[in-house]
Amino acid sequence: MSVLAIAEQRGGAVRQASLETLAAGRVLADSLGGELVAVLLGPPGIAGEAGKLATYGADRVIVGSSELFDEYVPEGFTHVLARAVQEQAPKAVVLAASAQSKDLAPRLAARLGVGMAGDVTEVGIEDGRVVAVRPAYAGKVFVKLGFKTEPALLSVRSRAYTAVENARDGTVEDLTVELDPSQLPMTVRSAATEQKGRPDVTEAEVIVAGGRGMQGPENWSLLEDLADALGDATALGASRAVVDAGWRPHDEQVGQTGKVVAPPLYIAVGISGAIQHLAGMQTAKCIVALNKDAEAPIFKVADYGIVGDLFEVVPRLTEEIRRLRSEE
Amino acid sequence: MNIIVCIKRVPDSESRVGVGSDGVSVDTDGVKFVVNPYDEYAVEEALRLKEAAGEGTVTVMTLGGEESKETLRTALAMGADQAVLLKGRPSSDGLGTAERLAEAIKACECDLVLFGKQAIDDDNLQVPAMVAELLGLPCANVVIDLKIEGNKATAEREVEAGHEVLEFNLPAVVAAQKGLNEPRYASLKGIMAAKKKPLEEVDVGDAESRVEVMQVVSPPERSAGEIVGEGPDAVPELVRKLREQAKVL
Ligand SMILES: Cc1cc2nc3c(=O)[nH]c(=O)nc-3n(C[C@H](O)[C@H](O)[C@H](O)COP(=O)(O)OP(=O)(O)OC[C@H]3O[C@@H](n4cnc5c(N)ncnc54)[C@H](O)[C@@H]3O)c2cc1C
Ligand SMILES: Nc1ncnc2c1ncn2[C@@H]1O[C@H](COP(=O)(O)O)[C@@H](O)[C@H]1O
Repeated sequence: MSVLAIAEQRGGAVRQASLETLAAGRVLADSLGGELVAVLLGPPGIAGEAGKLATYGADRVIVGSSELFDEYVPEGFTHVLARAVQEQAPKAVVLAASAQSKDLAPRLAARLGVGMAGDVTEVGIEDGRVVAVRPAYAGKVFVKLGFKTEPALLSVRSRAYTAVENARDGTVEDLTVELDPSQLPMTVRSAATEQKGRPDVTEAEVIVAGGRGMQGPENWSLLEDLADALGDATALGASRAVVDAGWRPHDEQVGQTGKVVAPPLYIAVGISGAIQHLAGMQTAKCIVALNKDAEAPIFKVADYGIVGDLFEVVPRLTEEIRRLRSEE
Repeated sequence: MNIIVCIKRVPDSESRVGVGSDGVSVDTDGVKFVVNPYDEYAVEEALRLKEAAGEGTVTVMTLGGEESKETLRTALAMGADQAVLLKGRPSSDGLGTAERLAEAIKACECDLVLFGKQAIDDDNLQVPAMVAELLGLPCANVVIDLKIEGNKATAEREVEAGHEVLEFNLPAVVAAQKGLNEPRYASLKGIMAAKKKPLEEVDVGDAESRVEVMQVVSPPERSAGEIVGEGPDAVPELVRKLREQAKVL
């Protein structure tokens, strides 16, 4: 039995999240003793990226290119991918839990009439059945699910699996894309307009998050300096209090009504650690808390903490990290 | 402008939910239930669109048990005109629930179906796009801005590190993200009025679950770590620990 991995592209390149998806797909394919087949949709020329999918574990790569596929096209993608799934008849279909798959995965599930599980942190095969673990109630519980329908449709949470080189033949096949543009009711006028030069919080290696203790948006240069010192893979995060106050954009909010993140390192600066905030970040590998109040609940989940005034501690931390980086 | 808003009763975000004694359910004993926060944005948006159009009906709809009437009443108190309770149990995955809702929505004449982007209990993020697919409608998900002129809609939605602008025609499905608006509170007058507004009940039976819950567990307890020290002088020791113990630098 095969496993199908739907890869995602942006700007003509396969997204890192899709390489993690391949790692999860590989786990399933290996336990089934079957093939991992990657499907990649994108603009003309996207076939050039097929090799990368083979390098990261795809036994075969199916490429569907179209002038219409610069961006995600809901109905177009659903149509083409549902057909590919029907032709390949895999045991499971995996894709990255991303903005695109928030729309695509449930559409595919409805089109195919199968169950899906989103944002899964673990996949496996038990007694011949696909199983998955996913957080619910913003991470207050984890639920293990078994699929009653096939194929099992799974979106894999960012950072749950590590992309690993695992080179395969990766024979490339073409998928014919026949679409009538008039059948596509949704147009995407402009995509990903903001270029911030920093990764999204869900994709970052390190998150520097600021809370109300920062006292005002003008003080964020402190956190930007720290993020710059930590490197390119560092994102800025925020508590809801500062987002509601308009100090920071909503896409930086971490927590129950923001984004759920699990980076290797999370640095909480002037954040008290309300239950809704903790729900969004408590599965980070290492949590550092900087807060002047030794009783702040954030210290209950932090691996390391410093009690003190952030306006003194943060600049010092930036300085120490810069020193460390320059010694490397 | 006729708008349907799908809303769900969920435990308050403040609540501490745990694992049920059977190990396959979530224990919500003693927990306060509220309208799913994202659905409040959807209700608010519907009310604003109706007010701007100067005519129309806002219908709130839910699939759930008897207790969900309270949730519907809350939305009626905010200003919705009428409510429909589809009596039955939602499914573990989104599709069963979406099928029940889609069936009920198909029977109504409406220009727009609004949802929250996510129910904060199951965190599925599935139902809106599934309903759209089942009804053959365009769907704008995770929407932070919505403009409607005639039957043309423009929606802005969040994607990784940026925004996207979508254009489509009504009827359509739109799922609300925080930031879309600031939901109003129900006034005392609204709460009184809600008691007299129509609330229709339809027995639809339990939705089909295509996944089975095998186990529910608590996340690994995070024990409090150490306070490395006080003030900026503790920083070098913190950096050393991050590098040598945690190996994250
Ligand atoms: C439905 C609902 C959903 C919610 N969802 C979210 C969510 O997704 N994410 C989220 O974050 N919150 C969420 N909240 C809000 C949450 O309850 C808290 O109000 C919020 O997280 C508090 O933000 P904060 O920690 O920045 O502010 P505060 O709680 O005010 O904490 C500020 C902290 O800064 C410290 N401080 C102040 N000055 C200094 C200084 N000079 N140096 C060092 N430390 C200092 C203080 O000791 C304090 O601990 C939600 C609430 C509700 C009701
Ligand atoms: N049982 C239900 N009844 C009505 N609407 C629902 C129900 N479950 C989910 N929804 C709607 O679908 C949205 C997304 O839910 P979910 O896919 O479960 O995360 C919610 O914000 C609601 O608007």
